Amino acid sequence: MMLSTRDIVSIALFAALTAALGLFPPLTLPATGVPVTAQSMGVMLAGALIGARRGGLALLLFAVLVAIGLPLLAGGRGGIGIYFGPTAGFVLSWPIAAYVTGWLFDKHRGQPHPAISALYLIIGGIGIVYVIGWAWLAVMNGWDIAKTFTAALPFIPGDLVKVALTVVIARGVKKAIPNL
Amino acid sequence: MFELYRPGSSFLHGMRPGAKLLALAGCGTAIFLLPGLPAICAVLLAVLGIYAATGLGLAAAWAQLRPVLVIFAILFAAQVWISGWLTGAFFIARFAALLMLAGLLTLTTRVSDMVAAMERGFQVLRPIGLNPSKISLALALALRFIPVLAQITGEVREAQKVRGLDRSIIAIAIPVIVRTLRMSDAIADAIEARGYNPDRP
Amino acid sequence: MTTAGTAIRFDSVSHAFGEKPVLRDISLTLAERRIAIVGANGSGKSTFARMINGLLLPDQGRVTVAGLDTARDGKAVRQRVGFVFQNPDNQIVFPIVEEDIAFGMKNLRLKKPEIETKTDEMLRRYGLEGHRSHPAHLLSGGQKQLLAISGVLVMEPDVIVFDEPTTLLDLRNKIRVAEAIEALGQTAIVVTHDLDLVADFDRAIVFDDGRILADDAPSPAPKRYVEAMSGV
Repeated sequence: MMLSTRDIVSIALFAALTAALGLFPPLTLPATGVPVTAQSMGVMLAGALIGARRGGLALLLFAVLVAIGLPLLAGGRGGIGIYFGPTAGFVLSWPIAAYVTGWLFDKHRGQPHPAISALYLIIGGIGIVYVIGWAWLAVMNGWDIAKTFTAALPFIPGDLVKVALTVVIARGVKKAIPNL
Repeated sequence: MFELYRPGSSFLHGMRPGAKLLALAGCGTAIFLLPGLPAICAVLLAVLGIYAATGLGLAAAWAQLRPVLVIFAILFAAQVWISGWLTGAFFIARFAALLMLAGLLTLTTRVSDMVAAMERGFQVLRPIGLNPSKISLALALALRFIPVLAQITGEVREAQKVRGLDRSIIAIAIPVIVRTLRMSDAIADAIEARGYNPDRP
Repeated sequence: MTTAGTAIRFDSVSHAFGEKPVLRDISLTLAERRIAIVGANGSGKSTFARMINGLLLPDQGRVTVAGLDTARDGKAVRQRVGFVFQNPDNQIVFPIVEEDIAFGMKNLRLKKPEIETKTDEMLRRYGLEGHRSHPAHLLSGGQKQLLAISGVLVMEPDVIVFDEPTTLLDLRNKIRVAEAIEALGQTAIVVTHDLDLVADFDRAIVFDDGRILADDAPSPAPKRYVEAMSGV
C-alpha cells in the first residue's frame, strides 16, 4: 500500500475539505432557481488534484466519517442512517468516482486542456456517480431502471455547472501549488 | 466535539458499538425481507417505542426523517404514479423504519467509541495488508482538521465579503483549498518529527 | 536526561533547493545549553534547523547528533531531538488535547500506564488540565504551542529545536511560551526573529545567505545581524 506520511496527510485533508464544502453557499441555478450544493465537487477535485489512489481513499475516509456519526453532509446530515436512505448510493459512489476521475488525470501526461479536464470530470463526477447512485435508488425501491435514469436527467445541468466550476477551481489551485 | 451523539444512560448507550452495528445489520436485513405494510407499521411502532424508552424522545425520531422529507415526497409521488398508493406507502414506511433504526445507533454512540471499535476491527484486517496505524492517523487527522478548515472557510468568506464575492464558490474554494494544501508539508514534517514511521506496523 | 552532553556536529554541510544554494559549507558544533539561530528569511536558518533532527538531509556533508548520523540513524536522532514548529495549528495531529500529547509516546511504543502518567504531568505543567478532553481547536495560539511543546517533551528528547515558536503569537502568549522555553531542562536551539526571546542565551549564530555571518554570545552577534539587515 506504500502510502507516505505526506500521502496520509493529503488524504485526510481532502476528506476534511469535502466536509468543509458542505458549508459553502449553495449554488443557485439561474434558470430553475434550484439550489445545488458544492459538496459533490469534492469528489471531482480530489481526483483532479491528488490522483486516483489518494483521491479514492480521501472520499472513502469521508464516507467512513459520515458513517461514524459526524454531520458532514450538506445540511448537517450524517450517521449510519445515510446509508439506509435515498442518498446512500451517491455517497457510496464518491470513492469510486474520485478514483476513476483521478485515474483519468493520472494517465494524462501534463496538464489537460480544459475541455479534456471537463470530459474526465463528466465521466467520473457525473457518469460514475449517476450510474451507481441512481441504480442504487432503483434497486432499493424496486423501480424500473430506465424510468429511473429518465428521472435523473433534470439534475444533469446543475452537475455540468459543477464540472465547469471544478475545472476552474482545479486550474486555480494547480497554479498556486504546482506540485501536489 | 461536534457530532450527532446525544448523551444518555439507556441500555443502548451502554451497548458496545460493535454489537449495535451487528444488531442494526441484522434488523435492517430483516426489515428488508418483510412482505407487507402491516408488518412494516408494527416495526415502525416498535422503533418509536425504543426512542421513547431510551429517553431520546419521539422528536429525535422525527429528526431522522426531516432532512429527507422532500425526497420522500418525491419518491412517494413517483411510487404512486408507477405502482399505486399501497406500494408507495410501503416503500416510504420501510425507508422511515430503516432511517429511524439507524438513527438509534448514531444517537447513542460517541464518535470516539466508534473509532476505537473500528481500530479493534482493523487489527483483524492486518493480514490482508491493511496498516491500522495509517488508518488511525488518517482518521485522527481528518477529525482534527475539519474544524480548522471550517474556520478557514469562514475567514475566506469574510475576506471575500469585502469584495462582494462571498457568494462565489470559486472565490471561496480556491483560497480555501490552497491554504489547506499548503499546510500539508508542515503537518507531515511535524508527524515525522514526533517519531511516526509509516512503514512500521 | 543528559542535556549539554549531546553534541550536534555539522561537517561541511551544503544544501540547495533546485538551483538555489541555501546552505554553503557549514561546519560547526553545537554543545551549549541555549543557542539562538537568527537571520533574515531565506538566510538558511530554517533549513539549518531542519537538519538538526534529520527532517532534511544535506546534499553534501553530514550532520551528527551524539555521534548518530541523521542520514543513517534518523529514527534514533529524532528520539533525541524534538522539534517545535512555527505554526501551532499544523503540528497538532489529534483532535483531543490529551490524545495529541500521547501521540509521540505511542510512536515510541510506551505502555499505557506510562503514557497516562506523563500526559497528566504535562497537562499540569502547562496549565492545560482543564482542557484535557477538549478539542485542540478551541485552545488559544499560545496554548496550542504549549500543547505542541508538551507533545515533544513527553518523548524526553535531549535537545529541542524551535522554529520561530513565538512569531505567530500575540504578546501575552509570546511571554508564556518564552517562559516555557526558559524553564526547560534540556538544550534548546531556537530559530527566531525575536531578539528579546534569546537575549539570555549562551550563543547566537547569525545566518546570511547560507553562510554564518556571526557566531558569538547574544550581545554582539544579533547586533551584527541588525546592522547587516539595516544595510540591506
